[in-house]
Amino acid sequence: MTLTSFLPALIGGILIGTAASLLLWLNGRLAGISGILWRSFFAKPGDALWRVLFLIGVVAGAALYYGMFNDAPVAREHFPAWLLILSGLLVGYGTSLGNGCTSGHGVCGLGRLSLRSLVATVIFLSVAIVTTFMVRHIFGVLS
Amino acid sequence: MKRNIASALAGMVFGFGLALAGMTHPEKVLGFLDVAGTWDASLLFVLGGAVCVTLITFRFILKLHKPLLAEQFVITKDVQIDRPLIVGAALFGVGWGISGYCPGPAVALIATPNWELWAFLPAAIVGGVAEKYFAFHHTPEPEIKQDAAIVENASESSCG
Repeated sequence: MTLTSFLPALIGGILIGTAASLLLWLNGRLAGISGILWRSFFAKPGDALWRVLFLIGVVAGAALYYGMFNDAPVAREHFPAWLLILSGLLVGYGTSLGNGCTSGHGVCGLGRLSLRSLVATVIFLSVAIVTTFMVRHIFGVLS
Repeated sequence: MKRNIASALAGMVFGFGLALAGMTHPEKVLGFLDVAGTWDASLLFVLGGAVCVTLITFRFILKLHKPLLAEQFVITKDVQIDRPLIVGAALFGVGWGISGYCPGPAVALIATPNWELWAFLPAAIVGGVAEKYFAFHHTPEPEIKQDAAIVENASESSCG
């Protein structure tokens, strides 16, 4: 690992933490992407717009970065589409049931010292590590 | 109005950070999760950097009486380590470990022409919305009152 690989990761992480702090300080909301996204489909009038604007902001912020650095990820050549769909269903259902994803439990939950979020983060990280091992080294899916 | 601008601004910083951190490159995420391969430790700095910031700022923010632009903080009071939390986190872990996508990066990828997102994100929305729909329409029966507290807690906790 070189300086060029961990420095963007560190600064990116600090920006993500700053964004979560801004949303909590200004609007009193936790920046959990899955909660913001799934609940936008059921939000009462007056509770929907901030969600949509936050998500549009995420896209705009990423677009700004790719515009500046021309580093947009391209689709993998050999990764099967059905695995993407299966993965999407699991991520959607799981983060809704467990009330949080990497941002909600990881960044925000750990930040406010929530034991629930710590347990969730340890579980999804360990399960993801085991899953990646199986997919790559046992089933041999290239990615 | 100010609240909406604040929300969009926070989203922009979030999206820029995700892209800069490399979280939108699933090969990089899987390289981090794949501890048996050539392990890419850089994503440790993403979560580490983000949590270092929130650990400090949230302490001060949550001591305020209210947010700057809103009436109150909307934060779950839920503290139970219950079955939905554990099962949900585990299912999310399986999904994340398969593709290398979690919800934030998938949203950020709308900014790119990468087609993978159009397989992943609609499926994720179907999964998430289906679970919420089922939870809302599965109100507890009066006779199982002792479970009601759990269901109530689960309904608007909005963490992640």
